[in-house]
Amino acid sequence: MLAKRIIPCLDVTDGRVVKGINFLELRDAGDPVEIAKRYDEQGADELTFLDITASSDNRGLLLHIIEEVASQVFIPLTVGGGVREVEDVRRLLNAGADKVSINTTAVLNPKMVQDAAARFGSQCIVVAIDAKKVQNQAFEWEVFTHGGRKATGLDAVKWAEYMVSLGAGELLITSMDRDGTKIGFNNPLNRAISDAVDVPIIASGGVGNLQHLVDGVKIGGADAVLAASIFHYGEYTVQQAKEYMRKNGIEVRL
Amino acid sequence: MKKIDIAVVDYGMGNLRSVSKALEHVAPTQNVLVTSNPEDIANATRVVFPGQGAMPDCIRELDARGLREAVIHAAQNKPFLGICIGLQMLFEHSEEGDSAGLGVFKGNVKRFATADMHDANGEKLKVPHMGWNQVYQTQNSHKPHALWQGIEDGARFYYVHSYYVVPANDSITSGYSEYPKRFTSAIARDNLFAVQFHPEKSANAGLQMLSNFVNWLP
Repeated sequence: MLAKRIIPCLDVTDGRVVKGINFLELRDAGDPVEIAKRYDEQGADELTFLDITASSDNRGLLLHIIEEVASQVFIPLTVGGGVREVEDVRRLLNAGADKVSINTTAVLNPKMVQDAAARFGSQCIVVAIDAKKVQNQAFEWEVFTHGGRKATGLDAVKWAEYMVSLGAGELLITSMDRDGTKIGFNNPLNRAISDAVDVPIIASGGVGNLQHLVDGVKIGGADAVLAASIFHYGEYTVQQAKEYMRKNGIEVRL
Repeated sequence: MKKIDIAVVDYGMGNLRSVSKALEHVAPTQNVLVTSNPEDIANATRVVFPGQGAMPDCIRELDARGLREAVIHAAQNKPFLGICIGLQMLFEHSEEGDSAGLGVFKGNVKRFATADMHDANGEKLKVPHMGWNQVYQTQNSHKPHALWQGIEDGARFYYVHSYYVVPANDSITSGYSEYPKRFTSAIARDNLFAVQFHPEKSANAGLQMLSNFVNWLP
């Protein structure tokens, strides 16, 4: 049967992997190519690179990193961050990315998602949704953009359905209330979206221990779980995470 | 002209870098050429026929480059590896865009029925079928196919697809997976092997298969 995936995430800026708390306070975590190779050896099912460089000055650097990783690591690579045009998607795919993740641009220009899916296929278009719990609204979770700084007024569940209808082949759901907190995924949010769409969803934001990964799958209905800090700082290896998930009755690739 | 050991057929549908990088990795001394020139395909020792995106677009772009005959000829005459849509295109017809294929094999390409697919825990199964699934090898003779050598039966390979092939003659099936029902994920006949999963993205099992292919003498 199909395995649930574990996806280490590498936030990259200026050619280095970093990790922040609630999108702030960045700490250096190392060289992206070295880290990617280490995760591959540990049995990571995919890798996600998020370019969190604010300006576009260093875009070339990321392409170079992806090229390096793609010639040494033979598992799927997803790249996101600052993807604005169909041409950006093409450049990343040509550098060796297998999927491209689109976030802010999907909100500003949904047609870009549709165009990219039509041109390259839904299989390589991931829409990233940053969501936050809101009070006094007609809905429970709101979509945010610009790395979590800008509210959009959009219902995250409805937005997810719309993105799939435009051709998104997968959704990366990040709970901004949880990101960096280590208190676990936002399972109600993930469950609501997973039940609403047919495409796979990746849960992201808040992992602090291995039980959180299990809960993300069993309670949140995630098809894949994404985590950064628990792996970067050596708290757990990907292998340990998979062994724990298997022990808890989840199908994994070991 | 430099000898072409492995031609990777490029018909303009997306990224072939992963495939060529993985081939170069397992065959560092061989000349791997990504090409849309039918003559290169005719001259190459081996041919890899990858594919991604939608099948109607793939067929259209293949024809726009005049590659149809060269691909069919290679599929019938030299070591040939089809990957993903490169497997699907070998059949007669696909439900995707009600599209005709190359018809090298009798059979159809069907879509996973999203509505009533569930796993053992009652969770809805998603489409595309995306991720690592077990591939079981079928044996049509006493010894396993050369491309399965060194690969455990039931090893996991990486998939991403919404359509699967249904060969008219099941004897060409060389491997299958379950989602939730059994579907053909590898076919073999004479000089041809084709798979639904992505060996170039399937870590060690995939590299082993590509290595088997570049050394295969059918």
